[in-house]
Amino acid sequence: MPIKSPFFPRTSELCTSMLWKEWAGYYAVNSYQIPHDAEYFAFRESAGLIDITPLFKYRVTGPDAAEYLARIMVKDITKLKVGRVAYCCWCNDAGKIIDDGTVMRRDEYEFFVTSADPSFSWFSRFTRGYQVELEDISDQIAALALQGPSSRAILKRICDADLDRLRFFRTTSARSGDNEFHISRTGYTGDLGYELWVENKNALRLWDAIMEAGADYNIRPAGLDALDMTRVEAGLILKDVDYFNAQHVLIDDRTSSPFEVSLGWMVDLDRRPFIGQRALQLEKAEGSAWSLAGIELEWTEIEDLYARYGLPPEVQHHAWRSSIPIYTDKSQGKQIGYATSGTWSPLLKKNIALATLQSKYATPGTMVAMELSVEHVRHTVHAWICDPQFYNPERKRSNPVKDIAA
Amino acid sequence: MSSANYDAIIIGGGHNGLICAAYLAKAGRKVLVLEKRHVLGGAAVSEELHPGFTFSVASYVVSLFRPHIIRELDLAKHGYEVIPMDCSFLPLPNGDSLARWADGNRSRREISRFSRKDAETYPEFSRVMTHMGKLAKAVIDHPAPDITSLRPAELSNMLRLGKSFKSLGPELLHLNIKLVTMSAADFLDRWFESDTLKAPMSVSGIIGTFQGVRSPGTAYVLLHHYMGQLDGVFRSWGFSKGGTGGISMACARAAEAFGAEVRTNSPVQHVLLRNGEAKGVVLENGDELLANQIISNLDPNRTYLKMVGEEHLPQEVANDIKRYKLRGSSGKVNLALDRVPEFSCRPGIGDHLRGDVAIAPSIDYLEKAFDQAKYGDFSTRPYINAVIPTLTDPTLAPPGKHILSCFVQYAPYHIKEGAENWPKFRDAFGEAVIDTMEEYVPGLRNMIIYKQVLTPWDLEQQMGLTEGNIFQGELSLEQLLFQRPVAGYAKYKTAINNLWMCGSGTHPGGGIMGASGELCAKTMLQNRSV
Ligand SMILES: Cc1cc2nc3c(=O)[nH]c(=O)nc-3n(C[C@H](O)[C@H](O)[C@H](O)COP(=O)(O)OP(=O)(O)OC[C@H]3O[C@@H](n4cnc5c(N)ncnc54)[C@H](O)[C@@H]3O)c2cc1C
Repeated sequence: MPIKSPFFPRTSELCTSMLWKEWAGYYAVNSYQIPHDAEYFAFRESAGLIDITPLFKYRVTGPDAAEYLARIMVKDITKLKVGRVAYCCWCNDAGKIIDDGTVMRRDEYEFFVTSADPSFSWFSRFTRGYQVELEDISDQIAALALQGPSSRAILKRICDADLDRLRFFRTTSARSGDNEFHISRTGYTGDLGYELWVENKNALRLWDAIMEAGADYNIRPAGLDALDMTRVEAGLILKDVDYFNAQHVLIDDRTSSPFEVSLGWMVDLDRRPFIGQRALQLEKAEGSAWSLAGIELEWTEIEDLYARYGLPPEVQHHAWRSSIPIYTDKSQGKQIGYATSGTWSPLLKKNIALATLQSKYATPGTMVAMELSVEHVRHTVHAWICDPQFYNPERKRSNPVKDIAA
Repeated sequence: MSSANYDAIIIGGGHNGLICAAYLAKAGRKVLVLEKRHVLGGAAVSEELHPGFTFSVASYVVSLFRPHIIRELDLAKHGYEVIPMDCSFLPLPNGDSLARWADGNRSRREISRFSRKDAETYPEFSRVMTHMGKLAKAVIDHPAPDITSLRPAELSNMLRLGKSFKSLGPELLHLNIKLVTMSAADFLDRWFESDTLKAPMSVSGIIGTFQGVRSPGTAYVLLHHYMGQLDGVFRSWGFSKGGTGGISMACARAAEAFGAEVRTNSPVQHVLLRNGEAKGVVLENGDELLANQIISNLDPNRTYLKMVGEEHLPQEVANDIKRYKLRGSSGKVNLALDRVPEFSCRPGIGDHLRGDVAIAPSIDYLEKAFDQAKYGDFSTRPYINAVIPTLTDPTLAPPGKHILSCFVQYAPYHIKEGAENWPKFRDAFGEAVIDTMEEYVPGLRNMIIYKQVLTPWDLEQQMGLTEGNIFQGELSLEQLLFQRPVAGYAKYKTAINNLWMCGSGTHPGGGIMGASGELCAKTMLQNRSV
């Protein structure tokens, strides 16, 4: 049976829809109200508050902490400065991804790591030889994501952190009254937003302070349905949907390298040995078989298809997650890949998806065809390959106060 | 004489003019937009009328904006953001109220307090109207077919339309014919028994017209309400981030990104004619600017009679234009408040306030409001469509402060004292609106920090809307399609060579839709006129 996060007293009261799911052993809200689009728009227009406690959290401390993490992560963590955050993934020896998460350097010798799957066992395999301590603090730390254009203004009302200067992918400690917590300017919506890390015992106080300060900003508690739409718009991949944990799959075909899921940019290849390095060097030299791309379905064709049945076009109101074949052309000539998740984007008025394609077809601007079922019949519609970052507002990265020193 | 030469000059920076400019610039044409005011947007405009308070001065909600324009001009990137509404709320004088929600079951429960039958018919009605909305869509996304022409392009246009009609099937087709001829009230009578439900539904048939809910033909306009849903949006109406001017600004940024030049504070005095052809424009400051094509975003009356002048027009065109009905019938009262206005019939700051609030307690109430207007008075108890956009988009006001925007009907342009005397009645009109609202929101008067009252006269003076008509001409059946604005010149081309029209006085008509601007540009490009 799932357990309750420290925010449950609030989330359960607000979740009038009773739509819950299980997330990493916790109860998690799918949507607080029956139509979830108000929560989606909160992320994009004001602010949405989402309980992300189910993430796994680790504290890594000690003089060798950076060296140790650099050995596990595809990114060279020794280069990560204090106060900065890295989005990272980690691989097995074959260079295939196990999981992805964030690594925050809170101090010279102190790191905070998040992951989607329990990772203690994997991480502890590599501690030998390093002066480092690894602690699983998943059950001690509660977490919230406050995402959306008003998130900065709301947080500024409740804490002392210098948020006008806190840049994208930076972290800081903060104090709200006598409540201490950590803030990172990170998130899963591709918008301006923050994630807050707080001890369980202080969790409810933090929730209440944010909701109270946010009342004037149309803050809304938001669930995973809304989050899923925004993360597809932002082109952010999801484990067990767009790729699989290499430790969990039954066949190698299901594994993916960072290069194959558009995370190649985070791989620092030429440095001291790290796990998966050799395989990744080889792949880099030889090229990757697969690539992740964004695709945009041709809406007029969808309209026409529905019109054929005398129907107005329909869109799914939820982001979807299923494998859908992609072909070179509409006559279903040759299958060249598959879409893994997608959504109707209410903002862009587009039907978008994330797809894994044979690399030579993954160039932006290429026209492909995707399967689409209308009235129980399979059809194909044209789709265009594009950058998976479908929506990328300037506010995500910008600051009201320019930090000249940085 | 200025040496600047353009492929096209667009008179007016309303959203349609800006969209037209964006499409032409995207196709590589050199385009200049000239806007009279210091702000862009025309009737889709946001202005900080009081420090910290940004108002959607005229139009206030969005539904019909064509989604393919958002895609084709990349408007989301340029800031186009529309947030759907949660609810349509109807407070009643007897202390009861009706809220219709996006959640169908919730609406059913609410409606069943008034009629159990209606509650169950309601989704059925939406279904049928959505189905028929397909037809409207076939109409608004293409230039109007010219039924008098035998040219193949026209015939295929007609055929497409015919096909859409046929796809409805005999039953719906029959219904459609009813829609065209019936009044909104009569049409709804065929479906529903509860006045409380019918009254707020009927008003979509009268917005912007000088007609009552019992006037024949108003049923047709109801249909437009159901069209937004066809474009794959969850609910039809929404708030534009930053006010409706946010949409115009997104269009302007897109136009500029494609290379168009946009100038404010540049009122055009008239169109420069040479040998009966449009050659350029003369600004009020006397500057002359030349271009190969001139496009007017102004209403038909202004375009033909002021920009060109009757003396340059064929007589029958001049007559048709003078007969074109503008008859403004709406006003607007914009209030800045120091708190959220709470309704006594449903206290608290719930989601029922996050949509639109209709003061339309009964069909009789609405018809009485029209009765006063018929005889040249404003309604003392008018139909009001109010919104509190700050509950959805808090950036419009300082934290904790709010905006209450009231769209009001009827405020006939032609009051019996004469339109030019409207300024003398402005205050009384504003008071009638506030009195009406205060019957539902006790203490409203004491919350007001700032007030703006716009009569149809003001709309004409400020926004250049002739007779204050909010749609640049009534959306009545005889002024739609191939007859908008006048038969023979309904395809954006005017009776003057090289002069075009792209405003909502052309097909498919008014509302923040963008279609006129888009279709004008596409027509010109297709004909290689520019
Ligand atoms: C009070 C009110 C409420 C409304 N509410 C809604 C609503 O809620 N939802 C909705 O969808 N629609 C609404 N509408 C209708 C909608 O706003 C209009 O149909 C639409 O904005 C018209 O756009 P347009 O570009 O065609 O023309 P306009 O917006 O009329 O643009 C014409 C432009 O030309 C400029 N101009 C005029 N004369 C000159 C000159 N001589 N030289 C240079 N420039 C000139 C004007 O300043 C203006 O910017 C409302 C309208 C009004 C007035």
